[in-house]
Amino acid sequence: MVERSSNLVPIGSIRTPVEGRHHILSVLVENRAGVLARVALLFSRRGFNIYSLAVAPTDDERFSRLTIVVDVETVPLEQITKQLHKLINVIKITEIDPADALEYECMLATINAEAGARAKVMELVEIFHGEIIDVSMDRLTVVFALSPEKLDDVEAFLAEFGLIELQRTGRIALSKLPKPTRRPRKGRVS
Amino acid sequence: MKITGAQALIKSLEMEGVETVFGLPGGAILPVYDPLLESPIRHILVRHEQGAGHAAEGFAQATGRPGVAIVTSGPAATNIVTAVADAYVDSIPIVVITGQVATTSIGTDAFQETDTTGITMSVTKHNWLVTKASDIPRVIAEAFHVATTGRPGPVVVDLPKDVANDTMEWYWPRRLDLPGYQPTVKGHAKMIEQAAAMIAGAARPVIYAGGGLIRGQASEELRALVARSGIPVVTTLMARGVFPDSDPLCLGMPGMHGNFTAVTALQQADLVIALGARFDDRVTGKVDAFAAKARIIHVDIDPAELGKVRRPDVPIVGDVKWVIPEITRHLPAKGADLSAWIAQLQAWQQQYPYAYEPSLPGAAIKPQYVVERISALAPADTVVASGVGQHQMWASQYFQFELPNSWINSGGLGTMGFAVPAAIGAKAGRPQSTVWAIDGDGCFQMTAQELVTATAERIPIKIAILNNGYLGMVRQWQEMFYEERYSEVFLSPDLPDYVKWAEAMGAVGFRVDQVSDVDPVIEKANQINDRPVVIDFRVDTFEKVFPMVPAGAANDDIVLPPHQQRGR
Repeated sequence: MVERSSNLVPIGSIRTPVEGRHHILSVLVENRAGVLARVALLFSRRGFNIYSLAVAPTDDERFSRLTIVVDVETVPLEQITKQLHKLINVIKITEIDPADALEYECMLATINAEAGARAKVMELVEIFHGEIIDVSMDRLTVVFALSPEKLDDVEAFLAEFGLIELQRTGRIALSKLPKPTRRPRKGRVS
Repeated sequence: MKITGAQALIKSLEMEGVETVFGLPGGAILPVYDPLLESPIRHILVRHEQGAGHAAEGFAQATGRPGVAIVTSGPAATNIVTAVADAYVDSIPIVVITGQVATTSIGTDAFQETDTTGITMSVTKHNWLVTKASDIPRVIAEAFHVATTGRPGPVVVDLPKDVANDTMEWYWPRRLDLPGYQPTVKGHAKMIEQAAAMIAGAARPVIYAGGGLIRGQASEELRALVARSGIPVVTTLMARGVFPDSDPLCLGMPGMHGNFTAVTALQQADLVIALGARFDDRVTGKVDAFAAKARIIHVDIDPAELGKVRRPDVPIVGDVKWVIPEITRHLPAKGADLSAWIAQLQAWQQQYPYAYEPSLPGAAIKPQYVVERISALAPADTVVASGVGQHQMWASQYFQFELPNSWINSGGLGTMGFAVPAAIGAKAGRPQSTVWAIDGDGCFQMTAQELVTATAERIPIKIAILNNGYLGMVRQWQEMFYEERYSEVFLSPDLPDYVKWAEAMGAVGFRVDQVSDVDPVIEKANQINDRPVVIDFRVDTFEKVFPMVPAGAANDDIVLPPHQQRGR
């Protein structure tokens, strides 16, 4: 374990860090063999921890986008981004503020759902905009794409039925779009 | 014109201006060694691949040009990893070409297959696995560009055998397409103005000159800044020679075994101007207590160094060669009066110079004395290489360095066995210069087989072994911090017989155990120019390196040699 001094640059100099929250890095890389290994190795070598990771080619197939969620409380974020920038295959790094992000994860789950329980599962699926994608006599497989927090809730509900298998993806995120600011109207009391 | 991948590789090296390569052939790299026969490139055949790597590093450090090594796959590639890691930590531009099994065999655990790009990923600036012969010129051009620009460093190009045998249409890339690699050269104008203003207002400023000034070839620019500002300079282990030791404003080396004045100047400074330096733990000691009163201006081409250890007040990302003249230009004609500060520094210099107690008549030679004499008798253009340990510190402390690129050592990684092959590389790159390796007996034994290379290739280096019969630095720590419980540090001064060893390898061997023989033998060695020379200096086993800041301690707690502690 490397000793870190109190003189280190504060975590998240882009903005004030929010306790218990994560930083989301959106990293545009060249779509080449081994790039993911380089990024992953850099995190491990420098003692940083990846919380979640999603990788896919962008609309331009020369590039891929990595969405990396890092634990803000243990990591000097500035050092991570600077070291990432040094990788030759890394084109651009943007940090997405969790307060200003649309974060999504996908989840597949197979649960116990005997005849009596099916109606309740279907209700849950409807409330959380999921889908039943496979059926057997006593089990169901469902899919959800939700914000991580909501997905946690769904997971808790599903566990009540009895989880057979569950798989969640890494997080993907985009910045929220700008909204028109609403000016107060003159002469009107609300 | 259709040529093979191997021919394209050699041609690409020629296009990059390569004149010397260090290497050792083997199965997977065989195709590359064939067109080498027709090339004007000089190939120096080493006896172990680690030697090829260190020789390439020595070549690069002595000449400022990239060093090149060619080795085969598998064990050859893993043997050179130590040198690649060494070059990575010390930012040395080397290009290593490794053979690889055929693309059709990759991943099958084929004979002499290793995942070379995987193994070297974390110790290279970048690496490439070439999968098409037509990629070779592009990859080689990219490799040299990446190795030598920005913060320099090692690169590895892994070349499968079938790719080397395949044919391609020759071309030379006119421009490189590296969208993710654009080093910042020019510093931020506003930051430079701030730096200049801060310098103009400082009462106790110190320039903390790092190895980046050597890599960035900014010695002249540094000298101009000092001439204009009158600010004293400390030169780190990696920067020895970037500012002449003979200059009154040169305070010498800071850090764990640094000069008292250099260490204390940083501790007492109100402004530290870090140029191409990285606040290494061997310089800072306990980070919280390092230069605690100082504001920091930090100039480095690698943005990740700014704020990594110490948060700078003025961070400047840029090439020192570009930024320093800009800072100098912005300084006011009349700077602050530094006379009180300089007087204080001079008082320390007089009171606490590097010092050792000369040996009594008939007693063992002091290692520091040997270094002093090699320095005094060395021609002006001498290059010194060293390994790692006590001898390295004494070489840095007692050799008088006047020019950049005259001091070659393994700083960051601390690779024992570095000196002999690095000296070979330096001499190959600068045949007109005298090249001394100041080595320890432990270090020498790690790579001494390369003496055969030196003899066979007619590379007349000179090696001074400061033979104290111990792994000296470890012995020193065991003496000071482990209650003199010496564990596995004794090597014996007589085993091996270094004179016979030298002679067996075609070199001249001398043994010196009398103080009065030191000068005559060094002079004799300086006159031998047709073969390597090895001198076995029998030195005082109990001599320790001072001053010393114990590991993890604050630099204020610097320990002076015993005879200087009296009256302090």
